[in-house]
Amino acid sequence: MSEARRTEYTEFRPRWYKSRVSTWWWLGRWSYLKFILREISSVFVAWFVVELLLGLHALSGGPQRYEEFQGFLCNPLVVALNFVSLFFVLFHAVTWFNLAPKAMAVRLGGKRVPNLWIAGPNYLAWVAVSAIVAWFLLRA
Amino acid sequence: MPETITLEVTRYSPEQEAEPRVQQYEVPLRKDWVVLDALNYIKDRVDGSLTFRWSCRMGICGSCGMMVNGEPKLTCATFLTSYAPEGHIRVQPLRYFPVIRDLVVAIEDFMSKLGSVKPWLIRKDEKPIAEGEYLQTPEQLDLYKQFSMCINCVLCYAACPVVGLDPTFIGPAAIALAQRYNMDSRDQGSQERMDVLAQHEGIWGCTFVGDCTKACPKKVDPAGAIQQYKLTATLDRLKSLLMPWGSK
Repeated sequence: MSEARRTEYTEFRPRWYKSRVSTWWWLGRWSYLKFILREISSVFVAWFVVELLLGLHALSGGPQRYEEFQGFLCNPLVVALNFVSLFFVLFHAVTWFNLAPKAMAVRLGGKRVPNLWIAGPNYLAWVAVSAIVAWFLLRA
Repeated sequence: MPETITLEVTRYSPEQEAEPRVQQYEVPLRKDWVVLDALNYIKDRVDGSLTFRWSCRMGICGSCGMMVNGEPKLTCATFLTSYAPEGHIRVQPLRYFPVIRDLVVAIEDFMSKLGSVKPWLIRKDEKPIAEGEYLQTPEQLDLYKQFSMCINCVLCYAACPVVGLDPTFIGPAAIALAQRYNMDSRDQGSQERMDVLAQHEGIWGCTFVGDCTKACPKKVDPAGAIQQYKLTATLDRLKSLLMPWGSK
């Protein structure tokens, strides 16, 4: 925190002091840590996209290739990575839905509608889409 | 309740010191005293060289903002008794701003950023004075009133990590004030402001930490203003991509 950086000399302000932002500034506060985690979550979201593309590529390569891909998914390291990724993707989704009411100032009858009215449908759509996907995957 | 509380105040004399230091003062812990009262007590009775800004003592002028135990606060609205259990109060100059002396920071950078978003009513067509005022309904006033409550105390800048990391970021209050005029039915300058706001240094620098809104003593919600403007700017960009012939 403490390297002196003299910004400017002027007649009436002989010397300014400016402290440097510590490399670890984001550790001291939950809202800052949450922000960093949210930024990092994009890496894991990207990983899920890559994994899906790999799966599709394997599927198009025939049963043999798909089986190899399934074997890859069963690797404990990949399972661990997917578990961590799931946590980050959920975190990403929740923070995104909670942001929606901030960004959308919808007014009805001259008043801002409650946050829940904006975030609620987002969560409901999320649950509905998840249920449909789960039904497709688990019906067999 | 103990009779006194310790104030750990950051001191900095540019003529004598290369870096700030901490000086401790014992002040009476009175129920009706705010941190600003304690600083004035020190200045009047203990150490006249202590330097800090203040004016109205009632949360209107926005000049007594400081870091109190690491949080940006208006010291005129921060009671000593809130910190009685801890026994001490750390008072520092507002974070991320250059310090001129003791608790006084330079806000020139903020002032120039504020000017860059043109926070005033811009009219393309002025009607003759004889036609009277530009009238506004209570509903139209309600759209921007919250953002107009800003007192330029810059607590939101001290709360925002992006301000510390990227000195070119226009920052929460200036964007909220731009939005205050954008949403005013009498204003016609939103396109001029968009050239400044819809940039990396403008709204896209914001990563929605949200601490600006928590720090704001006037409930302006700069974080909300910025997120709403992100939506406006995105829709505007989409519109100009889909309908490039459309007049702006």
